[in-house]
Formats: sequence, C-alpha cells, structure tokens
Amino acid sequence: MPDATQTALIQKLSAKIGGHLLATATGPDMAILTAKPDSVYALLRTLRDDLDLKFGYLIDLTAVDYLNFPERYAGRFAVVYHLHSFTLSDRIRVQVFLPAESPALASAADLWGNAAWLEREVFDLYGIRFTGHPDLRRILMPDDYPGHPLRKDYPLRGRGERERFDQVTT
Amino acid sequence: MTSRGPAAYLQDTVLTTRVGSVLRWARKNSLWPMPFGTACCAIELMATMASRFDLARFGSEVLRFSPRQSDLMIVAGRVSIKMMPVLIQIWEQMPEPKWSIAMGACASCGGVFDTYTLIQGVDRFIPVDVYVPGCPPRPEQLIDGILKVQKFIEEGKQEASARGAPRQRPLWATTRQV
Repeated sequence: MPDATQTALIQKLSAKIGGHLLATATGPDMAILTAKPDSVYALLRTLRDDLDLKFGYLIDLTAVDYLNFPERYAGRFAVVYHLHSFTLSDRIRVQVFLPAESPALASAADLWGNAAWLEREVFDLYGIRFTGHPDLRRILMPDDYPGHPLRKDYPLRGRGERERFDQVTT
Repeated sequence: MTSRGPAAYLQDTVLTTRVGSVLRWARKNSLWPMPFGTACCAIELMATMASRFDLARFGSEVLRFSPRQSDLMIVAGRVSIKMMPVLIQIWEQMPEPKWSIAMGACASCGGVFDTYTLIQGVDRFIPVDVYVPGCPPRPEQLIDGILKVQKFIEEGKQEASARGAPRQRPLWATTRQV
C-alpha cells in the first residue's frame, strides 16, 4: 500500500480514535498504530464496529519480545494485531507495548472469535496474560510446562526435556 | 515296504527341526510394523513400503495402524514432550514379543533439535532394538535395520523390551490421560 494511501487512512483514523493512540506511522506494508495499553479494547472495538471502518477480520494476533532494545521501544513486549477491513479493502497493524514485569492486556476474544486461541498462544509462549479471556490455558506446550519459551531470555538449548525429567535424562 | 520302516519310506519328504526354530522363522518373516511417523522420516518409511523398495520382499509389508496387531514399532521422526505419553501408550498396547526401531537422528538422539519441545531420543522412554542413522535415512538403511531385527529374531536374541524396561518411566506418563 503506498504511503499516500496509508497517510490518508491514518488521518481518517486519528479523527475517530486519536485519543487511544500514542503514535502512528506508515509501514512497508500497512499503516501502524501504537495504542495505549489501557484503552486497547475500546480502540479495537471502535475499529471493528465503526461503520466507516469495519475492520471485521482479525488476521493475526501475536507478540514480539524486544528484550535487547530497551531504548528503542516503549516496553519489552509488543502485542501486535493485524486487522483487515472488507469495507475499505485495507489493512492496519495495531501494536501495544507492555512492560517486562507481569505483562497483561485486555482480551479481544469477544470481538473476534479467533482471538481466543491466538491469545492462548501468546500467553503460552510469551507469558502475556489477557484479562477477561474465557479460557486462558496453554495451547501448545504441556499444561504443566514451566516458562515461556519464545521469550528472548529463554535459553536456546539445554532446557526443555532436561528441565522436566532430569532423573531420566542425565 | 513291510520291513523298511518309516524313515526309509518317507525319505526326504520330511524335515526335522525344533519348534523354536520354526517359530522364530515364522516370526522373523512376518514382522508387522507399527508406523509411528511424526516427521520427514515417515516419508522415507512410506517410500520403503512402496513399490520401488518394496518391503514386502522381507515379509514386513503389512503396516498395522492398530498397535494390538503389530510387533515392530518404527519411530520415524521427532517426538515432542507432549507426544511422549502417546508413544508410550501405543508401545505398551503392542503384544509381546515386540521390537522397536528408532529411525533417523531425531528418534535416536533428538537430532539437531536440542530445544524446549523435543525428547532427546526415544530410548529414554521405550526400549530400542535397532537405531537407524540418517536425516532422514534412505530406504535401504531402513531395510537394513529391519533385516537386523530379523537377524536378532533368527538368532533368538532377546528383544530390548524383554532385557529390561526403559531406564525410567516419567511419572506423568502413567498418570496423564491421553
């Protein structure tokens, strides 16, 4: 999407939801909105329900661990939403930065049904809790697994099986 | 005919042998594999079964997806921590005598995947008779492994499961319902 189109979309969005945003930017593929963590649910609901926007499709919900970039980003974790609007034929990216200590965010599971499993995955692998989630369990790792393996400070090797079954695998 | 006795009468139409040898011979040539295929090794396992390499030449063509009907488990691929209870349960459902082949680097020792999810070799949890190296092994290598199992059977070598349990059963494998 060309920058001019992105800028136009950002202006349109800023008029409606500017109060929820910390920053906006154009990206290589789609416009980027940085949201305030406290009001991300209200922001997402507006994006979904506003009749001019209708971002009805949650393409992806994931997270990034910016462990080694503390001066570059507003928080250690970023939760990223990719939204698609069939009305506008357009996509946007919403990112929310969260602190390293007990990161938590409002769940979007009642806005988009697929968010329920995507948030479970983010919780499983990054340890970010989603408040209001109907069933926040691990989805990939075993239920009793310790740790969140996609965090950047999780060791690349030497844990996992050995951590759990040291009596078996020494 | 009246005075020559049965041996002269039967001549070479009868072979004498021992019951054990016949059993081992039959067992050896009718191994029914249980394909526990979890990754790319299973593709080579399929190639081994298919017409070009044709494992039927060695009497092992009947892949059984029910563990109760099979006596050779071929663990072909990576096994994750979450898959391990399933592997153990299927192994224990197989009737004895039973043999197992760890096919490929991942099943044998974890391969390159020394990560948070994978079991570093299935021999920590089930007894393994033959390890087939490779990533993945060629069908010829797997055939060689199966021939080695056949050789063990022919020689009357005790299978790994009878020589002793795996080193230690993890507690959760017995308590978790899968």
